[in-house]
Amino acid sequence: MAESVPPIQKIRTLEVDRPRHVSGRQRKIEWTAYLFILPAFVILGVFHIFPVIYAIFISLESGPINKFSFVGLQNYSAALTNPVFWSSLGTTFVYALLTMPFTIVLGLFFAYLLFQGVRGQDKYRVAFFLPYVISTVGSSVVWAWIFDPSNGLANFILERFGVQPLRWLIEPTGIFQIFARQAGGSLPTWAQGPSVALIAIAIFTIWQSMGYDVVIFLAGLTNIPGELYEAARIDGANAAQLFRYITIPLLAPTTFFVIVISVIASLQSFNQIFAMNTAAAQTLGGPLESTNTLTVYMFNQLYTYSNYGYASTIAVLLSIVILAFTLINFKVLGRQTED
Amino acid sequence: MNLNRDRVRNLFGRLLIHLVLLAGVIWSIFPFVWMVFTSLKSYVEAAASQSLLPTQWLFSNYLTAWNQVAVFPRYFANTIFIATSTVLGVLVTGTLAAYAFARMQFPGRDVLFMLLLSTMMVPFEVTLVPNFILMRYFGWINHYQALIIPWTASAFSVFLLRQFFRSIPLDLYDAAVLDGANHLQFLWSIVVPLSRPALITSALLTFLGSWNALMWPLLVTNTPQMRPIQVGIASFITDAGTQVQLLLAAVTISVVPVILLYLVLQRWFIEGIATVGIHGGS
Repeated sequence: MAESVPPIQKIRTLEVDRPRHVSGRQRKIEWTAYLFILPAFVILGVFHIFPVIYAIFISLESGPINKFSFVGLQNYSAALTNPVFWSSLGTTFVYALLTMPFTIVLGLFFAYLLFQGVRGQDKYRVAFFLPYVISTVGSSVVWAWIFDPSNGLANFILERFGVQPLRWLIEPTGIFQIFARQAGGSLPTWAQGPSVALIAIAIFTIWQSMGYDVVIFLAGLTNIPGELYEAARIDGANAAQLFRYITIPLLAPTTFFVIVISVIASLQSFNQIFAMNTAAAQTLGGPLESTNTLTVYMFNQLYTYSNYGYASTIAVLLSIVILAFTLINFKVLGRQTED
Repeated sequence: MNLNRDRVRNLFGRLLIHLVLLAGVIWSIFPFVWMVFTSLKSYVEAAASQSLLPTQWLFSNYLTAWNQVAVFPRYFANTIFIATSTVLGVLVTGTLAAYAFARMQFPGRDVLFMLLLSTMMVPFEVTLVPNFILMRYFGWINHYQALIIPWTASAFSVFLLRQFFRSIPLDLYDAAVLDGANHLQFLWSIVVPLSRPALITSALLTFLGSWNALMWPLLVTNTPQMRPIQVGIASFITDAGTQVQLLLAAVTISVVPVILLYLVLQRWFIEGIATVGIHGGS
């Protein structure tokens, strides 16, 4: 191997000056290419592309697996008139709002601290990223125990601060309602806030995914030319100004990427909820359907009730929601990043 | 004077940054530390005491947990087999496709590449029902095929590898052709060795995804003999009941291989994620 390297490099330097289009190689069609992409496309075609079309068909059908009957848009009208569908869509959004902003802000915060040229940057990064590597099932067991109502660490900390303990993963009541109750009052349903159980799962999710954002943001920050900071510092800019006028605009493409990915991931999230429900011995989506997101709702329809058509309908509707948000992101944020 | 004060302020600032970062580190790794310590406690202590360290270090908990889950070795064997086969599949299909997209000319190349990328945008949930029906149709339910074959190609890996292959100078190919090599020989003897970082990253991320997969294996397996470790742990949660120290011992056993792999190869994990992030962002 070592012997063959020098001649190749020699040829390479010789050929640098040669105009590329002269070779003609670029325009020749190479039919063997189809053989190269065939294996990947067979797998992706059968298990990832065809199923999308098939899913739309199934969503128009009803009945047990061998005896599907065409029912048109009946599943869709059933879903759209079902209050459970709308409440789980609401739970999906609330869950996204509980996780995404915190994960992104914390991720950026720690990445920015690491970016200050601290010693041991690599070691910090390894620690931050660790939760992301661990299986959700595994870490959910630990977190369910942290949120244990009688012996958990979470309540231990709350008590230290003089706050009344919560029932966390088994508490379906809204957080504001809990506070109102403690003050001796009660709130109307719409003002009760997200359930404590959903908040507990959100805290777990933030813990799990923060490291991913730290890594992405740190990589983005490292790409910003250092001279820009130096020049601004010479002009007398302070730390806040550096962040506002250099970091934020130049980091915009990375932030955009993180937001797009996070929106998709949080609207799709299933594992965290499934694992935490299981670890706290709750029914899936419980307690009292307070953690019943669209994916959980869909999984229950599929796994527990074998409603294939209806489950597919929910999946298709969820994709439409995800697609819509991704398009909005590209339209609104994508344009801003280009400026 | 002034310089000295600046230095003190600088030092103080650095100290503060480290303190905040350390708080972040504790938040990130404390659950694991706490998991390991609790897994070594007695039942009574694990259930009632809030002290971090066990008064009595019961390493026997691990043996008990291992024996209580009779199929534990099977879970591990299944997971390792499934993850390794998936990684091999992804690398072979991914390398070939990525090479064609990066280096070859053929009609419909860009359209096919876009089609490939679009599969990354489709939520996994949409393909769940059809794939489940497909598995039943193929008779793959509760067989390894169902756990492996649908995942042996990944658009993400094709994309990652293609980006990397494109950075290999075209002139290397000219040189190889002069030496009489064809595409496959060039790919195998030049491109693959040069692309080791991208291949390792791709392999690691696939392995991790396979090791940690939950929803799909849950759906397509129905006996403990066929289950991978995650589904096994999920069902052990119910079996272990209130024996939290045994449960945490079992979880520790299930995460140790991944933590070791991560600590040894962390650079590939992190650099890979970072690279993909940057590519996607620009």
